[in-house]
Amino acid sequence: MPNVHVPDGFINAGTSVGAGALALGTMAVAVRRTRDELSERMVPLAALTAAFIFAVQMLNFPVASGTSGHLLGGVLAAVLVGPWAGAICVTVVLVVQALLFADGGLSALGLNIVNLCLVSTLGGYALFVAARRLLPRRLVDRDATTVWVAGVAAVLSVPMAAAAFTLEFAVGGNADVSIGTVAGAMVGTHLLIGIGEGLITAAAVGAVLASRPDLVHAVDTVDRPLELRPREVLA
Amino acid sequence: MTRNGRVLWIVGLLLALALAGIVSFYASSQPDGLEKVAGDTGFLATAEDHDLAESPLADYGVDGVDDARLSVGLAGVLGVTVTLALGGGLFWLARRRDDEPGSSAPA
Repeated sequence: MPNVHVPDGFINAGTSVGAGALALGTMAVAVRRTRDELSERMVPLAALTAAFIFAVQMLNFPVASGTSGHLLGGVLAAVLVGPWAGAICVTVVLVVQALLFADGGLSALGLNIVNLCLVSTLGGYALFVAARRLLPRRLVDRDATTVWVAGVAAVLSVPMAAAAFTLEFAVGGNADVSIGTVAGAMVGTHLLIGIGEGLITAAAVGAVLASRPDLVHAVDTVDRPLELRPREVLA
Repeated sequence: MTRNGRVLWIVGLLLALALAGIVSFYASSQPDGLEKVAGDTGFLATAEDHDLAESPLADYGVDGVDDARLSVGLAGVLGVTVTLALGGGLFWLARRRDDEPGSSAPA
């Protein structure tokens, strides 16, 4: 079994329902915001990003003895097609995984969307934006900076999802296990996995920036100095 | 889309299909982070069977296809295709309409 999201049973019904409501709310906002964010021109790229995330989530790589991780792709999607379209990409993948491949419980779908879409994708992207705001302007304009910041945000986005799960477990876990133990194990393991996520995200963002920077939403949102081109001004 | 854009898109799709259809077979079968932690700390037993565990594609294999490589590969290709279609449909519906007020495109 290449990848495992939260199955039914780990978390109790009440918490799962609450997460479901939060997930629905997140998706409602995402669809609304995508109307502002996603041009017609970008629709094929957004669809391809979702399909690509599905593909890479099948590729588990070993991280430590007896453990594997897989790419999540949330920050990558957000950087390429914008946070809200990126959030939809991740959710579509989760829905396909749960409904078609029995990966990720049906009652746990809300939990998985909260952890991987709200916390990891949107939260990770929020870190990306915050980091850029803190950096000096002349650095932010550089592609290398975008790659680095995306990479670091991606690294952190994975233990963030793990922390969210730990919170859900603390609130509604069906087993009587020490929260401290779970927290330490979850965050530690997922920090390791996050390193892989960061490396792959940085490589992918770098590759797209180098070949087609016009396809990177995150770069659109950086103000570039206006160039005056006389012929266009007259047209 | 420009011709260059179209070519790039097709290459991207082929890459996704190759990853899901071929490389996926070689993915690590070690338990992923969550499952490992659940096992080590003691809550793995609370996992319930999936409601759709009987589905023909459950666990990323195609029921009835005996060859493991073909089974996983086919499941991967199907998954990529469905995700592309579902995502594409959703994004098409949720896209920005350029003839709406507030857009920068000429009316």
